[in-house]
Amino acid sequence: MAVELGDEPHVLAVDDNLIDRKLVERLLKNSSCKVTTAENALRALDYLGLGNDTLEGTVSEVNMIITDYCMPGMTGYELLKKIKESSVLKEVPVVIMSSENIPTRISQCLEEGAKMFMLKPLKQSDVKQLKWHLMKCRN
Amino acid sequence: MEVGQMQRRLVDYTKSLFMEGFLDAQFLQLQQLQDESNPDFVVEVVSLFFDDSEKLLNDLTMALDQPNVDFKKVDAHVHQLKGSSSSIGAQRVKNACIAFRSFCEEQNIDATLRCLQQVKQEYYLVKNKLETMLRLEQQIVAAGGSIPMIELGF
Repeated sequence: MAVELGDEPHVLAVDDNLIDRKLVERLLKNSSCKVTTAENALRALDYLGLGNDTLEGTVSEVNMIITDYCMPGMTGYELLKKIKESSVLKEVPVVIMSSENIPTRISQCLEEGAKMFMLKPLKQSDVKQLKWHLMKCRN
Repeated sequence: MEVGQMQRRLVDYTKSLFMEGFLDAQFLQLQQLQDESNPDFVVEVVSLFFDDSEKLLNDLTMALDQPNVDFKKVDAHVHQLKGSSSSIGAQRVKNACIAFRSFCEEQNIDATLRCLQQVKQEYYLVKNKLETMLRLEQQIVAAGGSIPMIELGF
């Protein structure tokens, strides 16, 4: 995916918690990112063009995906796997967030190809770090 | 009351909420995200938290009132409430949720009922405190003043 330098990166944020979605959206927008939010993994997959309900011609380009780990239905880990299995999307960096600091969970996600694992609640310093990684990936 | 006095009253009130553990540093993160282009961010997030929490507390009350309590469902609701209270910095609610979850794991009906009462109590306390704080802020803005930033290190 070729992206012009200076463009606002487009981040897809996936979280089933409404307050967390609002917070991550504000944090990302404050770091000059364009943000789309999804309330679960299935909606995220649809948005990314990998879902069963994706409409022709509605697939959007995304520069990073940040997802909660614990979500009903499909977890963030399962979403990560689906993204990495996709020839179109496997290069998109995926960040996993969780309120629980479980080392086996963290290594599982990193082994599956997650770029970073972040502990909730997210702070501005976390998002700055994220943005730095994102800009590094693009260059 | 003039603006300076109102601002001092707000600072003292807000500091007391941190001192008493109602709020933690995460709440400061929310305040820092509020600026001229997003002047109502804190009110919006706090309002979402109130609506979401009240719904969760209702769901929890119903779930614990069943003849055969589904502790997985109860735990899922508490997990949500723990998450949102943590994200806005409502420390005492979050801590009450953590205790609640450990009793869910034990499937202890008496203890979980007590925990529910505890969480409700903490929730209504912090709701009251936050509403008071936001009202004070509104009064300052209405009088043409600005909302002072709380500094860490007290």
